[in-house]
Amino acid sequence: MDTLEIQKDKTDAQQAKAVATLTGSQILLNGLIAEGVDTIFGYPGGAIMPIYDALYDYNDRLKHILVRHEQGATHAAQGYARTSGKVGVVFATSGPGATNLITGLADAQIDSTPMVCITGQVFAHLLGTDAFQETDVINITTPVTKWNYQVTDASEIEEVLAKAFYIASTGRPGPVLVDITKNAQIQMAEYFGYQKCDHVRSYKPKPEIRKSYIEQAAELINKAEKPFVLFGQGILLGNAEQEFKAFVEKSGIPSAWTILGAGAIPTDHPLNVGMLGMHGNYGPNVLTNECDVLIAIGMRFDDRVTGRLDKYAKQAKVIHLDIDPAEIDKNVKTTVPVWGDCKETLPMLTELVQQKTHDAWLQKFRDFAQQEMDQCIDAEINPKEGELSMGEVINQLNQLTNGDAVIVTDVGQHQMVACRYAKFNNTRSNITSGGLGTMGFALPAAIGAKFGAPDKDVVAVIGDGGFQMTLQELGTIMQSKVDVKIIILNNQFLGMVRQWQELFNDKRYSFVDITSPDFVALAKSYYIDGQRISERNQVKDALATMLEHKGPYLLEIMVKKENNVFPMVPQGCSVSEIRLK
Amino acid sequence: MESQIEKQEYNITVYTENQIGLLNRIAIIFSRRKLNIESLNTSPSEVNGIHRFNIVITETEEVVRKVARQLEKQIEVLKVYYNTNADVIWQEMALYKVPTDVIAEQVSVERLLREHGARAVVIRNDYTVFEATGHREETDKLVEVLQQYGLIEFVRSARVAIIKASDGFHSKLKEFEQREPGDEVVENQYLNNRDKVFTM
Repeated sequence: MDTLEIQKDKTDAQQAKAVATLTGSQILLNGLIAEGVDTIFGYPGGAIMPIYDALYDYNDRLKHILVRHEQGATHAAQGYARTSGKVGVVFATSGPGATNLITGLADAQIDSTPMVCITGQVFAHLLGTDAFQETDVINITTPVTKWNYQVTDASEIEEVLAKAFYIASTGRPGPVLVDITKNAQIQMAEYFGYQKCDHVRSYKPKPEIRKSYIEQAAELINKAEKPFVLFGQGILLGNAEQEFKAFVEKSGIPSAWTILGAGAIPTDHPLNVGMLGMHGNYGPNVLTNECDVLIAIGMRFDDRVTGRLDKYAKQAKVIHLDIDPAEIDKNVKTTVPVWGDCKETLPMLTELVQQKTHDAWLQKFRDFAQQEMDQCIDAEINPKEGELSMGEVINQLNQLTNGDAVIVTDVGQHQMVACRYAKFNNTRSNITSGGLGTMGFALPAAIGAKFGAPDKDVVAVIGDGGFQMTLQELGTIMQSKVDVKIIILNNQFLGMVRQWQELFNDKRYSFVDITSPDFVALAKSYYIDGQRISERNQVKDALATMLEHKGPYLLEIMVKKENNVFPMVPQGCSVSEIRLK
Repeated sequence: MESQIEKQEYNITVYTENQIGLLNRIAIIFSRRKLNIESLNTSPSEVNGIHRFNIVITETEEVVRKVARQLEKQIEVLKVYYNTNADVIWQEMALYKVPTDVIAEQVSVERLLREHGARAVVIRNDYTVFEATGHREETDKLVEVLQQYGLIEFVRSARVAIIKASDGFHSKLKEFEQREPGDEVVENQYLNNRDKVFTM
């Protein structure tokens, strides 16, 4: 293969002299390698066949994971991106292949996950003719992509791919889709060697930092008596965990996390006061409405975090650090906007803030935590009798993993319980669908998470409902021998909707009663070991067996059918109206 | 604060790259929020290769500001401004088709047209097409008048607007092309005026 030569001779190639004539498909694959891609999640089909044909020769350099549904490819790419910090890559064919990507694109868009999806498209001369497997992928995906582009000529591929990776991974990251017509995949073009993109004239990944706002923010923080930090995924996306830790430790400010911010500092850190939002911790919610300065870092005031907006932190001065200018003042009016990459703004702020402790204020959080423990948590994680609870499973899991595992969750009650009670020592270890709330996310995302963090234990915690949305990915786990541990917390209900129906719809259980197959037998049919348990005294051993097992394992745990996740901020209520039961 | 609460006409000026699909990307930012675009014009700008959208919506300042931010976030959008009618010079063009015999018979029509600054574009035996340029009320007024004389067809163009305070886009584009852009490019008119909008 002469393509190998191209990689070596990159500098020569950049002298604008064509070193080879390659097909569009080969140019694409060379580009992926040059971008440092090692894993692709995909599914072949008619319109992407030339790329798959080329891939046949690149098998030694690009690992391709054959999924069982294109949606699975997107979630796997998301899981990969979240654990590795790299861009997730997806291949899919035109028409139904591409439309199956929509859910994952929307999820990645709202959760700012860097992803590049390559879709095949019908021949350029057939565009708009209702050709076989033709859909208007660009227009369908426009609202759910950071950027998208249709390539109809092989000569465009290199530049567009470089732009795609640049846009997906910089600034506020997000999904990018490149649609390539079949003729462009086949067509020969002169190849000059791959050049990464580092500038797009109309795109500014980072807003310029204004020192005056940093100074104003520091002044507010230094004067504050009850400052409170809210942190989100922006810290992880900006690789600013150390900078963040330095900031909170110097300023001594109690800090609470959004669901995607979990792990930015360890769960056990003395200044980590817990989770925000609808099913977050008691203190962080109540005290949001008591603090005098609210410092939001890399989070976007989602409605699940704020509850009723007109009763949200009205007493507080708000400092908002974000890389995305569109987030400032979107939901909560800011007193001081600190635009910019928090990796740069946090150290500037840390330098200006005074070394302080806020013992009395921090104690308030601890008092609320104690109240929450007594009235709510203890019964959930240490029940002595009755059916198993989800919380005790997670609690036992913590003791076995010591908080070092990557926990991938689906959506619903088990997700809230897992995020509340799982211990996260490390960054990038809580993988969940936050903004979109995509049921079916966890199983494929766990596959990707394992490829992104091969040295970590990856444990997927999934409900009986969500598991049945993407269970075909057991086939991927089987074929690619992906070492993921799957815990199904089976309450035989679509639990979160049931909880709402119980609390707000008078227990009118409308279509939340869901039956399941024999999950263990199902796993077995995919040659995946597993077992089902329902007794308290089995939990620890079963979890240990699962973790020690070589290769994938499925553990189904029957839990209490009608258990509710508390605390809860009912919809339409203020965060200070959070209920403990 | 009042301007934030009261709805009024805003002229949104969007400087963009020339890219297929961008019109859709821009349009869905409005439709997703159920905002009605009252007028949309795309044209070249004073800078070669840079396109300019003029969009008119009636909304509160707060909604318009958020939309402007979302627009500017799009990869191929270079810069977005929003202005009230007082801050721009704006024009719309209208065409009116009326029966020639009526015009020929009634001298008053000609006088009327002159009063409204209209001019004939085409004169045929069967019909005549007039053109008038001005503000909405002006072109509307002429419709009313011509109805009496058998107005056959009427059409009005989208609004084009020039920002009174703008120095044009040449210098801005230079900043965009630099790797390390200055304050102005990175944003933003709103930040500069922030003190007027919010107080600490």
